[in-house]
Amino acid sequence: MSAPLTLFEKIWRSHEVLPESADTPAVLYVDLHLIHEVTSPQAFTVLRERGLPLRRPDRTFATMDHSTPTRTEQVFGGAPISVEAAAHQVRELERNCAAFGVELLGLGDARRGIVHIIGPELGLTQPGKTIVCGDSHTSTHGALGALAFGIGTTEVGHVFATQCLLQRKPRTLAVNVHGKLPAGVGAKDLVLAIIGRIGVSGGTGHVIEYRGETIRALEMDERMTVCNMSIEAGARAGMIAPDETTFRYLAGRPRAPQGGAWEAALEAWRQLPSDPGARFDREIDIDAATLEPMVTYGTNPGMVMAVGGTIPERTGDAVFAKSLAYMGFAPGERIQEHPVNVVFIGSCTNGRLSDLRTAASVLRGRKVASGVHMLVVPGSQQVKREAEAEGLDRIFIEAGAEWRESGCSMCLGMNGDLVPKGHYAVSTSNRNFEGRQGIGARTLLASPLTAAACAVRGRITDPRELL
Amino acid sequence: MEPIRTLRSRTVVLAVNDIDTDQIIPARFLTTTTREGLGRHLFADWRFGPDGAPRADFVLNQPQSSGSSILVAGNNFGCGSSREHAPWALTDFGLRAVVSTQIADIFRNNALKNGLLPVIVEPSTHRWLLEHPGAEVTIDLDTTSLTLPTGETARFPLEPFARYCLMNGVDELGFLLGREAEIAAYETLRAPA
Ligand code: SF4
Repeated sequence: MSAPLTLFEKIWRSHEVLPESADTPAVLYVDLHLIHEVTSPQAFTVLRERGLPLRRPDRTFATMDHSTPTRTEQVFGGAPISVEAAAHQVRELERNCAAFGVELLGLGDARRGIVHIIGPELGLTQPGKTIVCGDSHTSTHGALGALAFGIGTTEVGHVFATQCLLQRKPRTLAVNVHGKLPAGVGAKDLVLAIIGRIGVSGGTGHVIEYRGETIRALEMDERMTVCNMSIEAGARAGMIAPDETTFRYLAGRPRAPQGGAWEAALEAWRQLPSDPGARFDREIDIDAATLEPMVTYGTNPGMVMAVGGTIPERTGDAVFAKSLAYMGFAPGERIQEHPVNVVFIGSCTNGRLSDLRTAASVLRGRKVASGVHMLVVPGSQQVKREAEAEGLDRIFIEAGAEWRESGCSMCLGMNGDLVPKGHYAVSTSNRNFEGRQGIGARTLLASPLTAAACAVRGRITDPRELL
Repeated sequence: MEPIRTLRSRTVVLAVNDIDTDQIIPARFLTTTTREGLGRHLFADWRFGPDGAPRADFVLNQPQSSGSSILVAGNNFGCGSSREHAPWALTDFGLRAVVSTQIADIFRNNALKNGLLPVIVEPSTHRWLLEHPGAEVTIDLDTTSLTLPTGETARFPLEPFARYCLMNGVDELGFLLGREAEIAAYETLRAPA
């Protein structure tokens, strides 16, 4: 019998066009290449400069999300996109996709959305596939048992021209999660706790496989939240073995295999989970039952604590001090009850239907605190329609929040949805870097439940108080 | 790409840990559709004040930094987004190497493809470099080593193929295009449309 293999190892091996050697990296085949307007233009330029065709337009799929407007009149009403350079990028993508025969979900397309939301939603993302995109949160797709990772623009060009990448094989890290998540504690809290534990560079050089009964019990939306933030721990990819939950999610999606092909795919997908006894280069264990709602207090996602916690003291650490100064916090401070100015619900981390439902459950019959600007941005147009069909939009609007068209929006503020300087924003996105949501913006990452509770109280709040 | 064998320069020290790609090049400058000219936005929010004027207290604005092509950063450089705009901004500014104790995977890949050397050193060498800003150091790809003015030499890891490409000015795309036969065979066998 052959040696037991991990999920990662199985996918890696089946995609080696050429295995790695001491002198050269592996040539790895890419099943699905997702592109968007920000990291693709220079790669199309390379094709043009070298007179190369795009090798597999049928394996390439484009959407626009990063710099697109979220105001309805700019998306559908013909009003000009307020950021001119962003409008230019959108036109470039349209032109490039037309020239090279790539399917594009244009600005007004009913299926458009954040690239990491629409891949799974359309059934393009499937177990066992290799998926790349010029975006670090491509790790999200690993939730369906794919090997998915972010690449730079030069590599986007490589995939355009050859459908392959030169890659050294990463190491594997098993994150074993046991125990039941307590009430009020969700997938976002879990992944923030994992990052707090291993640190923002703890996963560097590794692919993470999330395992254990806690992970098995998560729904697909939640699994995507966990895999999404793998990169925040330094890991290029995060994966979860496909199971009945995965198959139930994929069945009937427009780009998923249908009929006889579905049965054949299921057969293949069931072979993917790591074999018993498969060895990982590293393993860590997390007890989910002891977790609490989490919030970040600093300028990287590893600076995280329980909402009711106290900012640690790190005497002599000038970098830590600088980070806290940026945030306007002090060592030893408790930030629960600290006033909040902005609440953002959305992004590829928490912009799916279940996230919106969770936030709406807190806002139903309540109001956003006066002085708080709350922005709710669905991850895709489909999420938006589904939310509206359930009346979630009414709940948000009646509570005093803004309800927008889909896109990355305030996660990185490229489209002008920005947090003002010095303001405190509780955000369901994934990065609290200095200036990420606007110059001088102070980002606190949290779950949709916590963010909604903060919106209602206008202060940093343990959501369990409102359950 | 120009072949690189050795690099000799004074260092400029930016002793901040976990410098992420949003600091190297903030998202509002990613709306460009070309690779050129990003150097003027490098570390924009640190380099320039709210009025757009250069901040005298930021190291890259100080006269001793001019002409230096080796950046010594705090621990863990380049985490965050996959934006290749980060190495584009660094090289456009005139930098050719970044030295740290750890460098994020995607950034490192992107850097290597743009002739920017990611140099990972041991904490002791790193500490020396942080304590001696402006030191004249030599980075040699032949021996994959960094030599301090004290004569002390530290080896650094460099993926052999990336090293070969850098030293010979070979681009990886050319290599991949040369594997056409193998790729086509793979597609017939394993990845039908
Ligand atoms: S939502 Fe944010 S993190 Fe996700 S792809 Fe868009 S910008 Fe990147």
